[in-house]
Amino acid sequence: MDLSVKIGKIEFKNPLWAASGTFGTRGEEFEDFLKLENIGAIVTKTVTLKPREGNPPPRIVETPSGLLNSIGLENKGIDAFIKHDLPKLKKIRTRTVISIAGTTGQDIAKCITKIPGKLMPDAIELNLSCPNVTHGKTKYQLISQDPTATEKIVKAAVKGASCAVIVKLTPNVTDVGETAKAAQEGGADAVSLVNTYFGMAVNAQEERPVLGNVCGGLSGPAIKPMALKAVSEAYENIKIPIVGIGGIVKGTDVAEFMLCGARAVQIGTVNLIEPFSCERILKEFKAYLEGKKIKKADDIIGRLKK
Amino acid sequence: MKKKVINAKIVSNKKAAEDHYVITLDAPFLSKGCQPGQFVNVKIEEAVTDPLLRIPLGIHTVREQGIGLLYKVVGEGTKKLAKMKKGDTLSVLGPLGKGFDLSKAGKRKALVIGGGHGTAPLCFLAETLIKRKIDTAFFIGACEEKHILCAEKIKKLGVEVYIATEDGSMGVKGYVTEALKQYLLRHTTYDIQYTIYACGPKPMLRTIARTAKKNNIPAQVSLDEYMACGIGACMGCAVMTKNGYKLCCKDGPVFDAQEIVW
Repeated sequence: MDLSVKIGKIEFKNPLWAASGTFGTRGEEFEDFLKLENIGAIVTKTVTLKPREGNPPPRIVETPSGLLNSIGLENKGIDAFIKHDLPKLKKIRTRTVISIAGTTGQDIAKCITKIPGKLMPDAIELNLSCPNVTHGKTKYQLISQDPTATEKIVKAAVKGASCAVIVKLTPNVTDVGETAKAAQEGGADAVSLVNTYFGMAVNAQEERPVLGNVCGGLSGPAIKPMALKAVSEAYENIKIPIVGIGGIVKGTDVAEFMLCGARAVQIGTVNLIEPFSCERILKEFKAYLEGKKIKKADDIIGRLKK
Repeated sequence: MKKKVINAKIVSNKKAAEDHYVITLDAPFLSKGCQPGQFVNVKIEEAVTDPLLRIPLGIHTVREQGIGLLYKVVGEGTKKLAKMKKGDTLSVLGPLGKGFDLSKAGKRKALVIGGGHGTAPLCFLAETLIKRKIDTAFFIGACEEKHILCAEKIKKLGVEVYIATEDGSMGVKGYVTEALKQYLLRHTTYDIQYTIYACGPKPMLRTIARTAKKNNIPAQVSLDEYMACGIGACMGCAVMTKNGYKLCCKDGPVFDAQEIVW
């Protein structure tokens, strides 16, 4: 059975990636539970030009079948990442993707140019959609809500990058096809969607918000139906590959996203519940393909019967 | 020590006090290597999305064959946990976190203070202190008698026990932090050195931090923050310290009381 999928020139051994923010800085906390090299790719925790302290606690709260988070992109900054984490990241025997965020195209481009050539990852994922960052001076709360800003920033990133550029999109838009097209116009090699949905939690007894930052982003099984819809819409609008994200907890979920047009998927929230999730879900996905006598995983991409 | 996810068989699940149960698990891997102050993250397999996340519980007791967890029924997860029976399995991730640091315990007398269900993980600590022949005084506090935990169990260890209830239904009337202050007033001499170990509600720990600073006593507190992964991967359980945010599950749950920004 051939589980490999290709994005641009890069071949991934299987379509399962570990999502940014759910897998530590570079997956080191999960080494007790699975072999990192068995995962198709690891996406690092988002890194920014300057260190970020993160949001005040409480930063997380469970909601029905979901998780609301407002971590706030806490990270030690790109320089510390390159010094302490990148060399170790490169030693992992699978594809690696560095997630980068910034409030301006310049900040993002600066991060990219700092990465030494010999430590270049297989791809960069532009986090233009985290709801916990206040960005720029446009009327949109997030860069990837704004097609013009998205295209401009992607262009700048692609110009400075010597590796593939994947653009992570927010679903908090009326037309995700439009923002996906903007990323494509900017020269992105692929898009990944969805990032989290805006949400809030309220403590009725204390009459106040649960999260220290008041609002957060929703992830987990609750968002899968909406994420599948978003992936389908993006698939109808762009030619570049799609990485599907949103509430995947089992093997058939992977198939669902691929049938809707995803070439690969990211596993996120479930990693926080079962640290060995990526390996278990891969096993279940293999069983799904075997059951349907499918010999190549990429055969099912976009073949949802309409 | 390596962490594992273990499907542990439940040996017993009994009521310990009002709203409180002790569940004992067959899990020799955990009992072999865990330290007082560490915790585990448990999940009821069948409850896939309700609740979604694991539940962090401090290790209450340790025996050769496994561990005991003393939990309070506060929500959906613990409600379901209380209904589990002998022979059922529970998914247990652990041992997690940094426990109490006993490396400098030496000849210092231990003052252990538990408030509400914060007393639960301190039983494991008390057992360990006694094993190491460290002189120990244990303070247990709660709002009322039916929420005082582990009093008999700890008395049986041969340790001095001081009880305080806010309504005066058991022991001294008032906060357990007052009981501690009174004890220090009566017992401070130049040749006794103390270490404080505490677990309980944040306001209690903040007061203990102040008392410890005033009396120049090193103090370790076990904090409780809303947690997801429990292994330091998601950065959800941040705690503000004098050196920036630390993670309760990885850098804690036990912290130096003076390091915390209260």
